[in-house]
Amino acid sequence: MRRLRLSGLALFFAASVAGAQERPYFVAYDHYLEEPGALELGFNPLYGSVDGGNDFVAGSIEVEYGATAWWTTELYLDGQHTENEGTVFTGFRWESRFRLLEREHAINPVLYIEYEDVNGADKVLAAIVGHDGASDFEEPNSETVKEIERELELKLILSSSVKGWNISENLITVKNLAGEPWEFGYAIGVSRPLALEASPEPCTACAENFVAGIELYGGLGDTEQFGLSGTSQYLAPVIAWHLPSAVTLKLSPVWGLNQNSLPFVLRFGFSIEFPNVGNP
Amino acid sequence: MRSAAPVVALTVLVLASTAATAGKKSETTAYAQLAHVPDDARNRVNPLETDPDAVKAGSKLYARHCANCHGAAGENGSKGPSLLVPEIQTASPGALFWVITNGNVRAGMPVWSKLPEPQRWQITTYLKSLGAVSQP
Repeated sequence: MRRLRLSGLALFFAASVAGAQERPYFVAYDHYLEEPGALELGFNPLYGSVDGGNDFVAGSIEVEYGATAWWTTELYLDGQHTENEGTVFTGFRWESRFRLLEREHAINPVLYIEYEDVNGADKVLAAIVGHDGASDFEEPNSETVKEIERELELKLILSSSVKGWNISENLITVKNLAGEPWEFGYAIGVSRPLALEASPEPCTACAENFVAGIELYGGLGDTEQFGLSGTSQYLAPVIAWHLPSAVTLKLSPVWGLNQNSLPFVLRFGFSIEFPNVGNP
Repeated sequence: MRSAAPVVALTVLVLASTAATAGKKSETTAYAQLAHVPDDARNRVNPLETDPDAVKAGSKLYARHCANCHGAAGENGSKGPSLLVPEIQTASPGALFWVITNGNVRAGMPVWSKLPEPQRWQITTYLKSLGAVSQP
C-alpha cells in the first residue's frame, strides 16, 4: 500500500514536466489527440437544476491515453447523486478517436467510436441526442437504474484552426444495441486562447494559459422523427486554465434554450497529464 | 451476446490497423518529413525571428511541450530524434514551422497546430538558436 502511494506521488511530480493542452470544451471534441504515451486523468463533476424534480450532482472519472499520434482511447466511469434519492454508479463508456488525415488541413476529420454500458440514471450529459430532455431527469433513480442502455455512439468530428481560433463541429449518432432507432445530435464549439504569443517568463495566471469559448449542443431527433421538435438544446460559455504543472481546470455554466432542456447546469473539469506512460 | 459482436469486430479492426501502422513507423525516418515540406511553406519568413523575447519564450514552450520526447536541450530524447543535427539546423525556419504544425504522424510525432501560430514560431526561433549554441 505504501509502495502504491509512493508510486502515485512519483507520477504526480513527473507530471510537472508535461504540458497539458486539454480541450476547453465539455461536449464538443476538436481534432487534437493526446500525445503518444501520455496518460490523462480527469474528473468532470456537474450540478444540474431540475424544474419539478430533484437537483443532482453527476460526474465522470476519465482515463485518456495517447496510443499513437493518430489514435487516442479513453475510459469513463459515471455516477450521480440526486437530492433525496441517494448516490448511484451509472455505468462506463469506452471511446476511441482516430485521426483520419495525416497532415493538417483547413478542416480536419476525426472519427469517434464509443461503446457505452450505462443505466437510465446516467446524468453526465456527455452528449445530447435524439429526444433527450428535462423529463428524463424527473424520474426517480429507483426506476431509472433498472433501464440498461448498451449503446454504440459514433461521431464525425470536423475541426479547424483559423488565426488562433478553434472551430469544431461534431455530428453525433447513437444506436441502442437493443434495437431502438438511431438517434442524432450535434455539438459546435468555438474557442481561442486569451493571448497567442507566449511570454518569455514562466507564469501561471497569464493570458496565454487561458482559453475561452462557447459551445452549442443538442439533439436532432431520431430516424422516426428527425429535426429539432421535442429535443433539448444548450448554450454554454467555457473557460479553461492550463497550469504549468500539467493540470487543466475548466468551468462552464450551461443554459437550456427551450422548455425541453434543463434550465441550468454548471460544469467543472479537472485533469492532469502524465507523459511517457508506456512506450507506444 | 449478439450485441457484443460489433464491439469485438471493431476492436479487431483497430488492433489490425495499429499493427499495420507500427510496421510503417519503422520504415519512416525521423527527418524524412522535411523532404515533404511544400516550397511556399519552406520559404515562409519567421515573423518573430528578430523578436528579442522569442528565444526565451520558445525555450519555455519547448520545455513544456517538446522536451519529453526530444530531450531537455534537443539532444535526443526518449522517443524523438535529436534536433541538433544538420538536417534540422540547416532547415529553413519555414520548414521547421511546417513540421511542427503538421507533425510526423506515422513516425509518432503529433500535430502541434493546437498551439497558436505565434507560439509555433517562437519554438522555431528557439530551435534555430540551438544550432548557434552548438557551433564551436
